[in-house]
Amino acid sequence: MDVADREIAGPGPGAEDAAGPYGAEGARSSDPAGLRGAGRRRAALRLSLMAPPAVFFALFFGWPVAAIVARGLRPGGRWQPARIGEVLSDPYVLHVLWFTVWQAAASTALTLLLGLPGAYVFARFDFPGRELLRAVVTVPFVLPTVVVGSAFLGLLGPGGVLDEWWGLRTGGGVWPILLAHLFLNYAVVVRTVGGFWSQLDPRQEEAARTLGASRAAAWRRVTLPALAPSVGAAALMVFLFTFTSFGVVQVLRGPRQSTLEVEIYRRTAALLDLPTAAVLTLLQFAAVTALLAVHAWTLRRRSGTLGLVPPEQTARRPRGRGEWALLWGVLAFLALLVLVPLAVLVERSLDTPHGYGLAFYRALGSASADASFAVAPLDAVGNSFAYAGVATLLALLIGGLAAAALTAGRGAGGVSGTLVRGFDALLMLPLGTSAVTVGFGFLIALDEPPLDLRSSWLLVPLAQALVGVPFVVRTLLPALRAVDVRLREAAAVLGASPWRAWRSVDLPLVRRAVLVSAGFAFAVSLGEFGATVFIARPDAPTLPVAVARLLGRAGPANYGQAMAMSTILMLVCVAALLALERIRTDRSGEF
Amino acid sequence: MLRLDGVTVRFGARTALDSVDLDVADHETVCVLGPSGSGKSTLLRVVAGLQQPCAGRVLLSGRDVGGVPAHRRGVGLMFQDQQLFPQRDVAGNVAFGLRMRGAGRRERDERVAELLELVGLPGAERRAVAALSGGEQQRVALARSLAPEPRLLMLDEPFGQLDRGLRERLVVELRGLFRRLRTTVLAVTHDQGEAFALADRVVVMRAGRIEQQGAPLAVWRRPASEFVARFLGFGNVVDATVRAGARGVADTPWGALPVPAGTAPGEGRFLVRDTGVRLTAPGVGLLRCTVEAVTFRGGGTAAVTAVLRPERGPLLEASCPLREAPEPGTEVDAVFDADEVVWLGPPG
Repeated sequence: MDVADREIAGPGPGAEDAAGPYGAEGARSSDPAGLRGAGRRRAALRLSLMAPPAVFFALFFGWPVAAIVARGLRPGGRWQPARIGEVLSDPYVLHVLWFTVWQAAASTALTLLLGLPGAYVFARFDFPGRELLRAVVTVPFVLPTVVVGSAFLGLLGPGGVLDEWWGLRTGGGVWPILLAHLFLNYAVVVRTVGGFWSQLDPRQEEAARTLGASRAAAWRRVTLPALAPSVGAAALMVFLFTFTSFGVVQVLRGPRQSTLEVEIYRRTAALLDLPTAAVLTLLQFAAVTALLAVHAWTLRRRSGTLGLVPPEQTARRPRGRGEWALLWGVLAFLALLVLVPLAVLVERSLDTPHGYGLAFYRALGSASADASFAVAPLDAVGNSFAYAGVATLLALLIGGLAAAALTAGRGAGGVSGTLVRGFDALLMLPLGTSAVTVGFGFLIALDEPPLDLRSSWLLVPLAQALVGVPFVVRTLLPALRAVDVRLREAAAVLGASPWRAWRSVDLPLVRRAVLVSAGFAFAVSLGEFGATVFIARPDAPTLPVAVARLLGRAGPANYGQAMAMSTILMLVCVAALLALERIRTDRSGEF
Repeated sequence: MLRLDGVTVRFGARTALDSVDLDVADHETVCVLGPSGSGKSTLLRVVAGLQQPCAGRVLLSGRDVGGVPAHRRGVGLMFQDQQLFPQRDVAGNVAFGLRMRGAGRRERDERVAELLELVGLPGAERRAVAALSGGEQQRVALARSLAPEPRLLMLDEPFGQLDRGLRERLVVELRGLFRRLRTTVLAVTHDQGEAFALADRVVVMRAGRIEQQGAPLAVWRRPASEFVARFLGFGNVVDATVRAGARGVADTPWGALPVPAGTAPGEGRFLVRDTGVRLTAPGVGLLRCTVEAVTFRGGGTAAVTAVLRPERGPLLEASCPLREAPEPGTEVDAVFDADEVVWLGPPG
């Protein structure tokens, strides 16, 4: 009975198995060998989990990017590294580079400056509607950048609300771009810093106060040092997003403003200047890799010795006039920052030449007279959903395997630890790589056997999944790591096989995180623009591509239809996010 | 030194402190004792200025400190889980208060060395706080709160997370230290053993109110209410009717119970301390009992508590020396000692 049971239970964990063949005598002396065997098995499991994501990234990320770089630097089969020097000494390119860095730094500083008070309010204050507001703050983050661009265009651009009502023009200034970036990334600061802040024990500050530190001194000497790593991480994320920002800059830029990403797009799509585009891609790639390396380093430095407490214990009602003023200030700022642009978007979409009405929405239902829309723009909704759905499934599969690989056999250090960190960083790369490059690379690399996907509809979901994977991994990792190993051990002691233990212990705990990450992947896929704009077929545009096309053409009708389309896209994203917030209870994730 | 005058704290509908009056004299060590949720920690937070009372006054050295912020009150507070600053080493933690006071580097270094010596951790300046054991962290926290020489030192569950042996040693060490330094101390704990070992005076709290206060021995000998008696670990509490007559005898579910001479006749609630229940061979006493279980309290007392099922009335607890511990299942007779019987109040 005993023996039979053990055989049915299948491969048990570790040492026992490895010792088996040596018999009783061997078993006693081969404990270390057994442990080594278990380590090997864990490593094998991890490698087999890593393999599919690694292959996926090699095929659909590494290869296209390499192909486009090769096309640019090796025209006619000969390497021409001199091109790099030529491009980098071009004053115009230097100007673009300077502007890219400058606007990213300014956007990051602005977002931190205004985001930290918000993070504090959400972390420490308990007020009615806090949960709902936290969801509202996150709305901009999942909005497609093209939509955000059009919202700020409708607010600040020529013919926008400020222009029409008060004659205010920001024409070509950098402010619309900075404000749109603030709008998009405010949630990153509130969520990453605020999430961490809410778990810091307030008694640390109180301890400092009873030792004679004023409020300001206690914050500066105790809270700030504890917070620093998460502030750094948030700053890096924001810098990364704004450094590679495409949709926003493409829609809002003035004639002399161009970022690396926009320039890559312009060189490839409009000027067919592949060599310059390739050098710019490499440049951006190097910058992003460096940033990610710093990011990984700060993550590792995040102190594990801080006594963290459950967030619900740290929040309280505001006390005193100063705290109430801060709360109201942040709420008013939120209304201004989040609600006004979204409201403007809706207003512009209803503001037809013949008074307010749904004319623009109705126009979306029919194919336009000129050739640029062979199909009705509204068809884009169906396309977007189908693409995003498939992309979400792909991202879940690849991201899930990657997250499992990253958490399998925790505690193993040394070489495999480095490997794991490298793998972790690799997964983040698509976030920072030029989406334009990926899209164009898809066209160049995936058009010949053995992998000819050029005419396949699968091309779009593949590119979108690439961007979705980092979000899936980042959302799943904390949940998987939070599963207490001892729970699984308890299940094993109660007689559950490893598979049963995983199904009955891990899966229920992780299910929420899976749903949340699916929602994020869906929203991100829906809004993906840089790559999709290259590879979506003309007769099957997605929502953001349709918006960009409409914006790219003159005339109030097109403008209004773009606003209407953006409104639809915004509503879809908001609905998806609100559905997510309902199932999301664990806020320890990094997004 | 410290006076609380009708201090009330409410959190929403819950009253954490209900019109509390308390005095702590100079150089006195007072221990507030109570179950969790009785308002002990809130009391400390009010004195420290970390919690504003809804009503009442807090006076330090005769001055109302209502409007004085926490960092200017000059009181020290040692937190339940120490709250050492993880980014600083031991010296950085201990010197924090001195730094806030603007002390120079030389002065700080000297004082830190002196304090670490005092708490038994000489030379630990450069160690990381995460690398310290629980007892060592406790000592560093103590040194940190002593460093700015607070006029009143408050300790919140100072030994909460330490194991028993270490706890008992530290209690003795601290008592000696506070005597030597002539520190005024207000401590809170839920452990009666700690409170009685540390304090000149104990204050028992219940649901935001002070239930009883006095010297440890006095409280131990004469609990003022059933709550205090049960909180101190006494289980034998019954309703009884005292007969009229010179020799005190009361009728209880266990039969006749001798009570101290002079107890007023009538109904009342009585405590029979477990040391007042003597076990004898069957036939000697009047109350036949079966031994249900024997539990060891541990420590140096070498006494055991026997849980008895009497032939009538509720379960009885009896204390007896380890050598004379009965076997579970055997039959014994219980004999009561009038000196260990305490009147608690009207019948419950």
